[in-house]
Parts: sequence; structure tokens; C-alpha cells
Amino acid sequence: MSGFVSRGFTGRRREPADIAARLPPGQYLETGWPVLTAGPTPHVEEGDWRLKVDGMVHNTREWTWQEFGELPFETVPTDIHCVTKWSKLGTSFGGVSLDTLLEGVEPQGAYTIVYSYGGYTTNLELEDLTGGKAWVVTENEGDALSAEHGGPARLLVPHLYFWKSAKWIAGIRVMDHEEPGFWESNGYHIRGDPWKEQRYWSD
Amino acid sequence: MERLTPVAQRAPGQWQIGTVVATRNETPSVRTIRIALPMWMAFLPGQHYEVRLTAPDGYSAQRSYSVASSPSEEGVIELTVERLEDGEVSPYLHDVLMDGDELEVRGPFTSYFVWRGESPVLLVGGGSGVVPLMSILRHRRVTMPELPMRLVYSVRRPGDEIFRDELAPETELTYTKEAPRGWSGHTGRIDKAMLAPLAVELAGGLAFVCGTNGFVEAATTALMDDGWPGERIRTERFGPSG
Repeated sequence: MSGFVSRGFTGRRREPADIAARLPPGQYLETGWPVLTAGPTPHVEEGDWRLKVDGMVHNTREWTWQEFGELPFETVPTDIHCVTKWSKLGTSFGGVSLDTLLEGVEPQGAYTIVYSYGGYTTNLELEDLTGGKAWVVTENEGDALSAEHGGPARLLVPHLYFWKSAKWIAGIRVMDHEEPGFWESNGYHIRGDPWKEQRYWSD
Repeated sequence: MERLTPVAQRAPGQWQIGTVVATRNETPSVRTIRIALPMWMAFLPGQHYEVRLTAPDGYSAQRSYSVASSPSEEGVIELTVERLEDGEVSPYLHDVLMDGDELEVRGPFTSYFVWRGESPVLLVGGGSGVVPLMSILRHRRVTMPELPMRLVYSVRRPGDEIFRDELAPETELTYTKEAPRGWSGHTGRIDKAMLAPLAVELAGGLAFVCGTNGFVEAATTALMDDGWPGERIRTERFGPSG
């Protein structure tokens, strides 16, 4: 903190303490769910959808929409935080834990690139995807995910800024080194922890 | 991060205290703030800055705003801000901030929705989505005015035209709710028919589309229906923000 004070600013939209405590630094409460996508929205039919785990693994995996639907399904109540500064509190998603998807895969590296229909990529350490911290979700608040929010399926990694929760997920590629994804190559932080306010390269 | 930034750069991202050197009302709800920066650095048209307001007790609020000016204007940036009624930062920038005030900012940030001199270029903006496009248009006028670039700009009604005095023949304006008396140009939302001649004229080019999510969805769909490849469309969507 620089000690700087903005003349005449008092802050008229302060949130109650219980809400404020759930907002990472620099974030504000948003009650809607803004759509932020780089490029046109891909439209992926469920019949064409596949999810893969590949790269440096002993056993690659692939699921069709129907096979994915037979995996153990979890409801995930969570808050989400977008790097563009809005946070949405108390929403919920439904999907399959990455712990389930990575079972028996035997990863040979500690890093991943998650890739999407439409060409989007984002990098995540395997550690950020395992231990009940990440899911591939197909529902939000009980409804099917719309295409503009990443349907039919998107990644959900709520403890990191939401650009990591790749829409239209097509696969998870395990790697032995860290390689920046789309936004990580265009200015956003390599990891993106909202509680450390890791927004940009220089953070 | 060294391997990402092989060329030493003057670190963007440090908070700095700028000075407001001018303000200008573009429309009743849109104001331009011209800020002199002690640590100005060259930016790419399309990039944004963050603004942080801090109250005497330390409470602070941040928002991001696109730069409207051209990087050829060294030492200053202009932020053009729409006033959102229930916002926290934009009402301050409109109602409280005056010439001579200090304002804390950091930037410039992100390098996706940016123009690096590609040609030809189609700009499609809705409402205040025209702001980063104006930075691109202004920079082209200064640096390479012969480069083919067109702007299609959608506003609701007369009086909503941001940067009205700068809209030159490269711009096609459309009014979606109400047109001026005697208007013979486009009316209604941007659609396939409106963009078709430009998709031909600017074939092989790069499109920048900025506006609300609904605007961007409609405009990119129309453009792709006209045969413009999706991978040559860059979008910036703004959700509710304030």
C-alpha cells in the first residue's frame, strides 16, 4: 500500500463483513455471471464431444459424452473469481472430479496444458488439479452449461482465477515442464492465485 | 518468467500516481479522462489500465478500463469511461474527479486484443465497446493512414455517439433504437447484410469486435456467416462492471 488516498472517495458500495471476507483483494461482488471469451463461441455437439487425458502418461484415457455421464458425479458449491475483478459467490457446479479422471493414468510429469475446442489453452500444475480441487463440469446450479459459459463441459478450478477454468474442454495433456497457455502468454500470471492477487506477469 | 519476455521490458504493472490533466464529456454518460503518467511506457492499441481508488481508511476499489488514446502521444493516456449507475468507480470518475487530481493506475496489460499493424482491419464496436477500437483507429491515423481499416459502430440513439467529431469516412454508424432526423445511413443492429460488403472489401484481414456479450455474439456470428474466418476475429466482451 502506498498510503495514497483518492480525494473525495469514500467507497459507497462496501459489502457486509461476511461477504467482504470471501472477496479476494481487488475483487468486487457480481450477482450475474458475465461472459468473457477471447474469440467467437465454439458450438460443440454432445455427440461429437470427447475428453482426453494424454501426453506424458502411462495410460491415455478418452471418454465420449455418454461414458463421461456414467462417471461419479459431484455437486460442487463454490465461489468463483475472475481476473477482470468480479467475483460470484455461492454458486454451484456439477461434474466429475479430476481425481476420478486421473485414476490409473500414472502421470509422468508435474505440469499440464488443458486444451479446448476452439483452440484455447491454459497451463496448470498437476498439484492444482488433484486432491479435490478441480472438476470437469457439465452443470451450473442444476442446469446444463450453456455454450457461452463453456458447455457442454468446462474445467472448474475455483481456487485459481477463472481463466484457468477452461471452457469447452477437450483434454488434459500431462507434461514434464511448464508451458504457458493462451492468457499466460498474453500477460496473465502463470499460476493465478486470487488470494495472492496474481493477475499479471509482474505480480 | 524470463523465457516469456526475452527482451528486457520496462516492467508494466507497477502502481503509479498519475495526474488528471484534462477531462472531456463525450456523451451525457461517457467521459474521457486524460492522465499524465510519471512512468509512462509505450503500449499497444487495445491494451487496458487498472484504476484503484482508496478511501482514507484504506478501503479500495479497482476496475479496468481500455485506453482510448494512441501510444504516439507519449507521457499520457486517455481513459474513456461509461458511467454505470450502480457502479463504484465510474461514478467517482464522472462526478468527483477533476483536473489536477491525482489518480492511481497501473498498466498497460494483456496482449491479445491488440493491434500490431496487421492489415486490413475491420473494427466492430457497440456502445462503449468503441473505446479500444478508437485507440487502434487513432494510432493508424497517426502512423499509417493509408492502411485499410474500417469501423462499424452501433449506438442506440442520436447523442450516444462517443468520439462523434472524429468519426470520419472510414466509419459506418448504425442507430439501433432511434436515428437522427433525415438519417440515410444504417439503422438496426449490426447483421450479416451490413457486414457483407466489408467482408469482401477487407477479405483476408483481421477483425476486432468489442461490446457487450450479446453484441459480440451477434456481430461475430454475422461476420462468420459472411465467410470471415473465426480465427481471424478477436473479441473483447464486457460484462457488468462499474
